[in-house]
Amino acid sequence: MHLHAAEKIWLRAGVIMLGCFMAIITVLALVDGVVPPSSGTTIDPNLVSKTPPFDHPGLHRIGDHEYEAYYVAQVFSFTPSEMHLPVHSRVVFYVTSPDVVHGFSVPKTGINVMVIPGWVSSVRYTFHQPGTYLLLCNEYCGASHHLMSGKIIVE
Amino acid sequence: MKADRATLSLSKAAGNLLVLTHIYTATLVLGFGALFGVLQGFARASMIVLPPWLDYYRMLTAHGVLMALVFTTFFIVGLMTYATYESIPRIRSTRVGWIGYVCMLVGTLMAALTILSGNATVMYTFYAPMKASPFFYIGATLLVAGTWFTAFEVFRDIAWFKRNNPSALTPLPAFLAATTLAMWVIATIGIVAEMGLLIPWSLGWTSGIDVGLTRMLFWYFGHPLVYFWIMGAYLIWYLVIPGLVHGRIFSNALTRLSFILFLVLSTPVGLHHQFLEPGINAGWKWMHAFATYCVVIPSFMTAFAMFATFELAARRAGIRGFWKTIGWLPWGDPSFAGAAFGMLLFLFGGFGGIVNSSYSLDILVHNTMWIVGHFHITVGGPVALTFIAATYRLVPTISGRKLFAPKLALVQVYLYFIGMFIMSTGMHIGGLLGAPRRTADVSYGASSVAAAWHPEMVAAAVGGSIVALSILFFIIVATGTYFRTPTGEQQPAFFFSEEEPNAAPVPPLFDNLKLWSAVALALAILAYIGPIWQHFNKHIYLAPGMRTW
Repeated sequence: MHLHAAEKIWLRAGVIMLGCFMAIITVLALVDGVVPPSSGTTIDPNLVSKTPPFDHPGLHRIGDHEYEAYYVAQVFSFTPSEMHLPVHSRVVFYVTSPDVVHGFSVPKTGINVMVIPGWVSSVRYTFHQPGTYLLLCNEYCGASHHLMSGKIIVE
Repeated sequence: MKADRATLSLSKAAGNLLVLTHIYTATLVLGFGALFGVLQGFARASMIVLPPWLDYYRMLTAHGVLMALVFTTFFIVGLMTYATYESIPRIRSTRVGWIGYVCMLVGTLMAALTILSGNATVMYTFYAPMKASPFFYIGATLLVAGTWFTAFEVFRDIAWFKRNNPSALTPLPAFLAATTLAMWVIATIGIVAEMGLLIPWSLGWTSGIDVGLTRMLFWYFGHPLVYFWIMGAYLIWYLVIPGLVHGRIFSNALTRLSFILFLVLSTPVGLHHQFLEPGINAGWKWMHAFATYCVVIPSFMTAFAMFATFELAARRAGIRGFWKTIGWLPWGDPSFAGAAFGMLLFLFGGFGGIVNSSYSLDILVHNTMWIVGHFHITVGGPVALTFIAATYRLVPTISGRKLFAPKLALVQVYLYFIGMFIMSTGMHIGGLLGAPRRTADVSYGASSVAAAWHPEMVAAAVGGSIVALSILFFIIVATGTYFRTPTGEQQPAFFFSEEEPNAAPVPPLFDNLKLWSAVALALAILAYIGPIWQHFNKHIYLAPGMRTW
């Protein structure tokens, strides 16, 4: 297949650029573990309120500055709606839904994960900055979707 | 012989009527889609309050379904029919085409009326277990099924051509149309399979739904849907735009290659819409991110071909140099200007797309307004503006009527470009600041984080109203043209441009649609067999489904 010399240069440059991008995300994934949240546990959506630990959602301290946070996302609120954390907390969030699909997102952080009924999503984040963080649902879930929010207060 | 020619011309007229009907249906749908779009945009920026019977989410669902699924599909089906009928002239019946059209129309009416009645406020992604009325799912299925009739007709025309011209290459327009439709048929397997789960469930015949599976099937279809739009726009860029600059197609062989790459690579990429989902291994997501990068290559090729066509045409006219070439291009022709602005928007849209598909980087933008900004400068800009531009060319050519108010048409494409640029910039910035998509309100109890989003939503509403105004102008021009008396004069032809004289010959491999369709299907299976196998290895709980609006 004959290619024009200029087109060869253009395509080569494009492929090299894409190759660099791919290399960056691959190295980040393999070396630093920067991968999109992909947990694989399932849960009966009809029995969320009876399944531990989601029968008592909230914060669990598991070590020095180490926490596990269990959330239930349901129309149109998060439980717990407010969470207090000391600064530099390393938190693993576990979220599930008993009804429809929701989003679990804290703008301006790396916390952004889909919440699918039947599945437990998890995402980890370390809070280095004190302040009040807005937690919101970023997947359309019904009539009052825009009211579905919560707070994470880091002090 | 003379009788044959008369029959052929009758057959052509029948085909033209079919194509025009598709294009005018698309025009009408675009008008409704724009109306709903501008209403929801104003509501979101808190500039108006919608009455309860016309609530925000209903408007947004109507806007998304009409624009993304209905307008584009009608236009592309009409365009592919035209490309095939024009380049393979023969005596043919349009019956199957009309059956397809009616099927699409009935499906559209069913889905649209269900949305407007408030029984399907589920967005154009209709994620289970939100449960809409069965009429919505059945309507959407009919819309897709209708397109298969046209695809069948186009494949039959190609087979007829091959039978009668065993040693000749399939004409380029027909080949591109068939490649697009082959990709589309493979993609729609996903949505039809999803509907096979959703319809019995919404009718109450099954008690629960496998949410993860429906999402995977949706995005198996949902991303190739994007390339279906893009291939429609590219067909116009490759075949029509060269003629408007008195240029030629850069290379027949490379044009085919870029469409073949789309056919082969469009489907194994869908998981990049599901990067942040549980239940899908990060490794499969990485694989789809890689495939998404690969599908950028045919767009690089297209960008090169466009600039090469412009430059070679300018040189033949004695023009040299970058700015002189740009200035020489026919910016006073609405068909050229519309498509060229579309290309310009796609430079930004394409690079934004690379960000979205960049695996972990997607965490920052997923489900934010950035994504909404992105698809408004991809499908909303390059694709829709190219279709509008092509309508200015196609309708006069096919109907023999002169374009009504060509100055208004010219103003229209400029306004559309400016409006879309303002709107999508506001959306992109809002998204980077964290504003979520698909929310009726962005105040979040007067949160200080959310306060930064409001000005961007106002910018989006202002840009959006400029776009909506320009769509109103488009409808005036299209309607005015329809009511003109046919002149019977030969209009400037919508000619499928000729190739550059020294272009490389087309290898027979680039005319083998069967082979490439088989490769595409194999790659689609390879890309999804792993994630689906992994999915069913888990204990899957079904969700009962509910109405939350």
